[in-house]
Amino acid sequence: MYMAGPHSFTAEDVVEIHCHGGQHNVSLVLRTLIQAGARLAQPGEFSYRAFLNGRIDLSQAEAIADLIHARSEKSHSLALSQLEGQLSQSLYLNKKLIRDALCLIEAWIDFPEEELPQEDLFKIRRSVDEVLVILNKMVSSYNTGRLYSEGASLLLLGKPNVGKSSLMNALLGENRAIVTDIPGTTRDLLEEGLVINGLPVRLVDTAGISESSDPIEKEGVVRARNRIISSDLILLLIDGSKPVDEEDLAALEICYSSKYIIVSTKADLDPQIDIPHSFKNNLCRVSSKTGEGLDSLRQLIQSTLVADSSFGENSVLLTSQRHQSTANSAIKCLIRFVDALDNGLSLEFLATDLRDALSALGEITGETTTDDVLEDIFSRFCIGK
Amino acid sequence: MLVGYGKEYQVIVVGAGHAGCEAALAAARMGCSTLLLTMSLDVVAMMSCNPSVGGLAKGHLVHEIDALGGEMGLSADATAIQFRRLNTRKGPAVRASRVQSDRMAYSARMKTVIEAENMLDLKQGAVVSLEVGDNGIRGVNTREGLFFAGLNVILTTGTFMHGLIHIGLKNFSGGRAGEPASEGLSDCLRDLGFKVGRLKTGTPARLSRRSIDFDRLQQQVGDSLVRGFSFLNNGYELNQLPCYIANTNQQTHEIIRNNLHQSPLYTGVIEGVGPRYCPSIEDKVVRFPERISHQTFLEPEGRTSSEIYPSGMSTSLPPDVQLQFYRSMVGLEQVEIMRPGYAIEYDFVEPVQIKKSLETKLVDGLFHAGQINGTSGYEEAAAQGLIAGINAARRVQGQPPLMLGREQAYIGVMLDDLTTQPTHEPYRMFTSRSEYRLLLREDNADQRLTSLGRDVGLVSDLRWQKFEAKQKEFILGQTALEQRRISASLKEVVAALELGDLSQGLSLRDVLRRPEISIEQLVPLAEELRKCSPEALEQLEIAVKYEGYIQRQYQQVERVRSLEEQPLPAALDYMQISGLSQEVKERLGEVLPETLGQASRIQGVTPAAIAVLSVYLKRWKKEPKD
Repeated sequence: MYMAGPHSFTAEDVVEIHCHGGQHNVSLVLRTLIQAGARLAQPGEFSYRAFLNGRIDLSQAEAIADLIHARSEKSHSLALSQLEGQLSQSLYLNKKLIRDALCLIEAWIDFPEEELPQEDLFKIRRSVDEVLVILNKMVSSYNTGRLYSEGASLLLLGKPNVGKSSLMNALLGENRAIVTDIPGTTRDLLEEGLVINGLPVRLVDTAGISESSDPIEKEGVVRARNRIISSDLILLLIDGSKPVDEEDLAALEICYSSKYIIVSTKADLDPQIDIPHSFKNNLCRVSSKTGEGLDSLRQLIQSTLVADSSFGENSVLLTSQRHQSTANSAIKCLIRFVDALDNGLSLEFLATDLRDALSALGEITGETTTDDVLEDIFSRFCIGK
Repeated sequence: MLVGYGKEYQVIVVGAGHAGCEAALAAARMGCSTLLLTMSLDVVAMMSCNPSVGGLAKGHLVHEIDALGGEMGLSADATAIQFRRLNTRKGPAVRASRVQSDRMAYSARMKTVIEAENMLDLKQGAVVSLEVGDNGIRGVNTREGLFFAGLNVILTTGTFMHGLIHIGLKNFSGGRAGEPASEGLSDCLRDLGFKVGRLKTGTPARLSRRSIDFDRLQQQVGDSLVRGFSFLNNGYELNQLPCYIANTNQQTHEIIRNNLHQSPLYTGVIEGVGPRYCPSIEDKVVRFPERISHQTFLEPEGRTSSEIYPSGMSTSLPPDVQLQFYRSMVGLEQVEIMRPGYAIEYDFVEPVQIKKSLETKLVDGLFHAGQINGTSGYEEAAAQGLIAGINAARRVQGQPPLMLGREQAYIGVMLDDLTTQPTHEPYRMFTSRSEYRLLLREDNADQRLTSLGRDVGLVSDLRWQKFEAKQKEFILGQTALEQRRISASLKEVVAALELGDLSQGLSLRDVLRRPEISIEQLVPLAEELRKCSPEALEQLEIAVKYEGYIQRQYQQVERVRSLEEQPLPAALDYMQISGLSQEVKERLGEVLPETLGQASRIQGVTPAAIAVLSVYLKRWKKEPKD
């Protein structure tokens, strides 16, 4: 199938070959082509060319990159919605609000003798406030968005032989870590990827936290402590068949600075009802053996990670670092605008701040030229002497 | 057979409008033997439309022209009948001066100045074609049968090339009401390979002063403090004339609506594109039907003239309809029209075919300035004329052209826009066109441009001395603000300035930063400030009060400097650069930008394309292709 540029995805001439199914046929066709002088595309080369040729903008190109790397269905749809420009669209709406405000201010500046709407900075202030609320929400959505596109890291923590590896295996549904009855078997961090309620998750199993004299294990403990800082959620495991002891308390201490869930394991054995009050918060009883409580644990993991439930299916999540910092710099300009307004600075400075905010947002969605603003002025107001 | 004139000029300027006059004066003052050719000696520097100079962004241009050693500011000041400074409360960089000028006096003064210039010959003659040789332009041929030889020619044709005047459905050839069009020249340009387009503009009727009932109209008077445009005139006495404000009403709009079938614009007779910012009254009525009234300023055309210019009321409806709708307005019930309004279509040459120096890319030594480049406005024209005149003279002297950056002057913004943006309508300057607006102020035009004007040889000793004196005041004032302190013990001063409890002393500069403090309050505290002129004080105050904003703009200038300073070799073949889209290749090939910065401002050229281009450029430099 021949697609002539610039109407193809990359805006270049493209030939697509559709053949009968089966890897063998595809390989044969490929081999023939390569013998004839073609080469295989590098990863992402088509999007790159589409971007270079101006076919897609930067935020779309990034969404495609995310799509390629999408780890779960949810993050797949997130990548898709961004691709379809939901991010661009939402930013566009905000940009439009700023642009409308700028349009008025520029009209007041450049056409002092025309009959324009009264200088009502109050109204402009209100729409800028509106934009600020949305942008702030977007920026704070970055963490949630990042979880979906990059995956959350979930640290399993607890004293030796509390059942970390068993839980990991139960969640994974297959034997990954070696399970023995000898405490400290898991000497190293074992990372596993899985999807929990649509959220891509990396489970990190650690050596138990205990003061050990074994040098190998000591190293593992240090790493586990370091990992706490960089993980999104800690699963603190306590042995449900034994009373809580000093070591458990010490482990809980470490968790306080992060998000955590307490998992009381071995629910199939005699449950220990004597759980101290401090452990009841965010508690979940599971049995890795019978599978009891695993579903509610999954639920709890998802709801704890995605704390802000206001981001529903259709809301815009920022998923890239670049977008976040861009939105942040736009916010900075708008705050400067509000300050300038409050300090009674004249229109010209207000315009400067709005222009800066627009150009910051333009880094995601493309520039607003001065001609765009003039165009707005001429279409909205009757100008002309 | 054409007859040679026998004298070869170094610079020939065609057309004596606002662009032509500046161009000729600049070239002659820079020592070139210069010829200024005009179709009629009676209409030098004529204001074809509004009898005023300046206004938003235009006032900035006049200050820049003045700082470079041009004539427009001096002429406007000398012939002013009203002065106003607009936007005084909207920010330091958007304050703009405007004068109403006496139209005939302005023309007469400019003619006198030109006639007095030693190296300059003013002659009547209509240029019909250009002589071009292997090394570029050789001279011009006139309709009268003369050939004037010259290796530098500046075309400033205004609305005259193939001009067509429309009044109602009647149309006839003309370059301005009552004057013939210039035929032949645009065909010659087309033959030389130039892309010629068509634009449209319009002007209102001129009304008879004694037929207007001014008692029923609101009066608008000038400012009490007359500052003027020129650096050489700071503040002067002026006997000012008032303007008046009148309004259209529903009946006016009704008359206009009922007669749209007689409008050349709405019946499709006019092909040229008019400016959006200067719509005719019929345009306003059609496009803004919800408006029940439109304002017009009635401006006197001069001290002795009876003609009154109703601004914002340009029209190309038939004269009887014009009379009818003007008479429907309060105060104009008995009005007599002295000249009807009209629309005019004219040829222009697509400005992407010129360089930022205003020399054409196709013909060496041929320069275009003013409306021929698709601009509108006396100030825009004069600014281009000045730059074209300077650069033609620089070419004679074997010097590189004077190029102004976007961060240096509105003139730089305009020339950059003209050479990179497609022309959809006549180009007019607005302050919002500049991304560095805070840096381009009326008050600092002298600081930005006087030394450049001095370098090219246009700034007189008198202006230079005055400039240096002001600079000295400024620098001393700056030092004083930094070094002089108000100590907490000076209780009276602290109380008078309402500085509150000072635990330690403050520099004057810190005090001035406070929004409620003006520099006038600090003048008594420093001898250096007492010695400063009001202009220097204004600059000092702006520099301190808005330092944060100004610094940020300088940072923005710095950020793009690497792009602006990266030249694009003319030999670059964009078609050969893989990774550029076809559209980008074509736009680049058409515009042939002079720098990477310019390329980045061409419509449709994406940041990705600039990235590709800069990578390619690095390789290209290493192994230049032949």
